[in-house]
Amino acid sequence: MSSSEASRRPGFVVYGLLAAFVAGSALPLYWSFVIGSHTKDEANSKPPPLVPGGHFLDNARRVLDTTEFWGAMLNSFLVSTACAASVVFFSTMAGYAFAKLKFRGSSALMGFVVMTMAVPTQLAIVPLFILMRDYGLLDTLAAVALPSLVTAFGVFFMRQYLVDAIPDELIEAARVDGCTMFRTFLTVAVPAARPAMAMLFLFTFMFVWTDYMWPLVALQETQTLQLALDRLALTGQGQTTDYALVLAGTGMATVPLLILFALSGRHLVAGIMQGAVKG
Amino acid sequence: MSTRLEGTPAGAAEDPAAPAGGHHRHNRARLVRRERLSRWDLRLSPYLYISPFFILFGLVGLYPLIYTGYLSLYDWDRFYYQRGEFVGLENYRFVLGDPVFIKSLVNTFSIFLMSSVPQVVIAVTVAALLDNRLRGRTFWRMSVLLPFVVAPTAAVLIFGSLFADQYGVVNSALESLGLEPVRWHVDRWWSHLAIAGMVNWRWTGYNALIFLAAMQAVPRDLYESAALDGAGRVRQFFSVTLPMIRPTMIFVIVTSTIGGLQIFTEPRLFDDTPQREGGPDHQYMTSTLYIYVKGIEDQFYGRASAAAWVLFLIIVGIALLNFAITRFLTRRSA
Repeated sequence: MSSSEASRRPGFVVYGLLAAFVAGSALPLYWSFVIGSHTKDEANSKPPPLVPGGHFLDNARRVLDTTEFWGAMLNSFLVSTACAASVVFFSTMAGYAFAKLKFRGSSALMGFVVMTMAVPTQLAIVPLFILMRDYGLLDTLAAVALPSLVTAFGVFFMRQYLVDAIPDELIEAARVDGCTMFRTFLTVAVPAARPAMAMLFLFTFMFVWTDYMWPLVALQETQTLQLALDRLALTGQGQTTDYALVLAGTGMATVPLLILFALSGRHLVAGIMQGAVKG
Repeated sequence: MSTRLEGTPAGAAEDPAAPAGGHHRHNRARLVRRERLSRWDLRLSPYLYISPFFILFGLVGLYPLIYTGYLSLYDWDRFYYQRGEFVGLENYRFVLGDPVFIKSLVNTFSIFLMSSVPQVVIAVTVAALLDNRLRGRTFWRMSVLLPFVVAPTAAVLIFGSLFADQYGVVNSALESLGLEPVRWHVDRWWSHLAIAGMVNWRWTGYNALIFLAAMQAVPRDLYESAALDGAGRVRQFFSVTLPMIRPTMIFVIVTSTIGGLQIFTEPRLFDDTPQREGGPDHQYMTSTLYIYVKGIEDQFYGRASAAAWVLFLIIVGIALLNFAITRFLTRRSA
């Protein structure tokens, strides 16, 4: 270690500022558990409570009474899993082709993929809505999943990863051994791509899980978790919003992602940083 | 390679002691067939691998976008879902003359500016803090990312409570400081600030990690030579770090522009009136919310589609502008 490297060892100021930022990040979540664990009257008192109360279970029961909470969570889980699996599968194939195979038009097509990342496709909700209605898919989970089965980001991400992850010699060796292209893909590309596949799965899962706008358009009776929260926010409306109920539900809906984050947060961090360096 | 094989005289590769020529001919034909298959395999596979993306994207991404343009040129019967007359640019004239749409555009840009500028500044600062030899590196990086896993829906409901006009904790803090409470859900610019706050809350840590990745790619000897020249930490940050991460900065700005101009969840759920059209007087209705209200709730397909195309062109225009600026800057620095 050189002396300047050692001089980059941080002092209290750095830790203090970071701790302040992290506290600010955690505060709104803390707040939702504070309000969600008080009665409606306590939550709407002045000044508001600042520490958690003892009524979370009562509020949770009210959440389960007013929304199809578990059904909504199951729907969110099914749609997110299906989309994540599909995005990972198709992106790995396309990303591999763009990264490692030579074919006519590949750079132009890749340019198209990059361009589509900048296209705000969610502006096209009206025709998508009409299409789903015409095919009788409105209010089905299929309608929610369809627009997210592939993403340009996924293809781009896998391509960037695979360019360096697989030595060309390995592919040639597999070909010389008489592997078909598809076998080469399965035996050489997929194992090398596995870490990136996990990151992409995580990203897509979260992206679909937290999406609100498209399910709102595509569904009516059927609910995803975000739509259940939407309904929950409406029930309290009138004079004053029943924030005890709303924030208890918000907390309950956030727990699954917090668990996922605790288990795989480091992969999420790695994925974001990896995508950034090469992007 | 395969042509050479086909051109090879049959006998050349054959063992003269072979008992049955027919068997060999059969073998050779199989070899040729396999070679041909393999050639097609080599040639077609790439297209086969990329086609699912292009087909699906075409169906659910590109086609609807083009279809939006088509819809915007027709009158639509709201109750029978039937296409009416061709009206040319009439829907565009309506939308651009609709004070609510103009208001939504102003709101969109106002919220976007309030969120993107502080976001980039704070994210770069946090990244600089993280770009130290910290104890518990993974812990800090994950903590910074925590808000990102909270759905926007949840974020806006939490912030709606924090910024509640009557019983919110922000207002009671203001009052305890002897200040006037702010009507966060009513006053136009204050509502934008609250909405920008929740967007920033969710995205700053995420962008900080992107900046951190860029900072770690800066060669360390640049810092060393800057230090030899007598530059302190702050000076090093401005004269080494910032110029080196400029491409990443532009990348973040471009992506946050595309996302930031399509904000929908926050303005819709921040509204605590039953109409949910971005406030009782559309104080914080964004353009995407306008498209939703006009197209899905009121079923004016033509008008909503025209609005979508206007916003689409604005976003693409800004993306191109960003791109041009990037090109200009990088060429100048090169």
